[in-house]
Amino acid sequence: MLYAILCYNSEDVVYSWPKEHDDAVMARLSAVQQKLAGAGRLGPVARLMPTTTATTLRKDREPALVIDGPFAETKEQLLGFYIVECEGLEQALETARELGNANPGGAYEIRPVAVLNPPGPGFDSRSGKR
Amino acid sequence: MTQAAWIEAALTSARPQALAALLRYFRDLDTAEEAFQDACLRALKTWPQKGPPRDPTAWLVFVGRNVAIDAVRRRSKLQELPPEEVLTDLDDTESELVERLDSADYRDDLLRLLFVCCHPDLPPPQQIALALRVVSGLSVQQIARAFLVGEAALEQRITRAKSRIAASAVPFDTPSPAERTARLGVVATMIYLLFNEGYSSTAESTALRKQLCEEAIRLARLLLRLFPGEPEMMGLVALLLLQHARSAARLDANGAIVLLEDQDRELWDRTLIAEGLALIDKAVRHRQPGAYQIQAAIAALHSRAPCAADTDWAQIDLLYAALERLQPSPVVTLNRSVAIAKTRGPEAALAMIEPLGARLSGYFHFHGARGAYLQQLGREDEARDAFQRAISLAGSAAEAAHIRLHLDQLAKRSAHGTALAGNRPE
Repeated sequence: MLYAILCYNSEDVVYSWPKEHDDAVMARLSAVQQKLAGAGRLGPVARLMPTTTATTLRKDREPALVIDGPFAETKEQLLGFYIVECEGLEQALETARELGNANPGGAYEIRPVAVLNPPGPGFDSRSGKR
Repeated sequence: MTQAAWIEAALTSARPQALAALLRYFRDLDTAEEAFQDACLRALKTWPQKGPPRDPTAWLVFVGRNVAIDAVRRRSKLQELPPEEVLTDLDDTESELVERLDSADYRDDLLRLLFVCCHPDLPPPQQIALALRVVSGLSVQQIARAFLVGEAALEQRITRAKSRIAASAVPFDTPSPAERTARLGVVATMIYLLFNEGYSSTAESTALRKQLCEEAIRLARLLLRLFPGEPEMMGLVALLLLQHARSAARLDANGAIVLLEDQDRELWDRTLIAEGLALIDKAVRHRQPGAYQIQAAIAALHSRAPCAADTDWAQIDLLYAALERLQPSPVVTLNRSVAIAKTRGPEAALAMIEPLGARLSGYFHFHGARGAYLQQLGREDEARDAFQRAISLAGSAAEAAHIRLHLDQLAKRSAHGTALAGNRPE
């Protein structure tokens, strides 16, 4: 079963981290990810830009309304996600705990994935860096 | 992260908003600061045992307020309030407070706190020092080192600035939309100056300069989060991110300035650039051009060029022309001349800046640019004079060293090279 591990944390706190600290967290997380990848369990991983870059399209009206900012104003923000193959909730929680040890603070929402489409042909996930 | 480090990060990030809410409550900067300080001390005691609260900012406001009220009551021998260990168990109380402190309050509180630091009687350096001390919570020692002044002098300066603020009426009413926009403008200028202090500054230590830049970005992002629909705030954050993205490439191993066109673009921080570009994209949609958005768009054109030769100078010239119309200033024209030099040559660039001489005679970059154009035109004696004038106005050792490179080039080519090199002013 595929699980999405959605990462919530206080953006204020995460963006107050000194770069060295951010690098250290990313290194620890990458170690956990490598372990998952080695077991063939790691799917797509995304770190989202801060919510200041977000735009929301309210499509419940005509014409749809474009609003600056994230969909929900919350104390902790959705900052990224992992897609991981797990046997069940127990293993998903265990994986989330491992990620949490590498990056304490905030919360993970663990959510089973109903459908995950493979990337379309020609999709280049590195294009964001260019 | 260790728990202590997490708590420290939480306290640092909560400070601006918590302090701002306490300022609204106590209407006095010193009382608000003391209350926040006390709340932090309690947090350091309580959080490791009970875990961090769901909303650290609301917790700090709540406890800070109670501690300060408690102190007043103790002084007047009244009954103490229950300790905060008991209060934090009352989850309802906390969430109720969170509700009341929601974005509308927070954003005007934070804007007020920053705005108070930008009191018009205070010269910009004092505004920045005050904001760093009060809003960001940097120590007097850190700020003094950043501004190259003694700690005692800085302490005194901050005290004086605070009493000047205390003497004037702090605007506690909810601002009207027009007032809010005006306050945002003033505060944005202060944040931009804070960034520049780190970017071009007098501070000798690279780490300190970086800290000032990062603090400016943190405050700008925080403001943008509270005012998500302000295109100029998007522009400001984008501008700071795009400039900061180049910081690793701006100085060489010896601390000498590396010009944009000579920078190793591999060293640019692509994550920051991507965020800056995303913000400009968002801002442009509003079709309300402003000075920060235009400057960010110029920085974006540099960021997008794979190498210096690919820079779209014609577009940069157009953007500077738009900036000149919006915010006429000799410095903007001077910057535009760089694009002119690239598109139409040094002669046109020189013709553009010669009329600025009277107004920019004390400006390092004017003489630096003028010297460079004269040098390109082969007018070496005049170039040398301009460079020497620039060196005498340099704001940092790195700036002076950079101009000295030009003088060295001239000296090498000149028949009088050796004699002149000996006469270089230090």
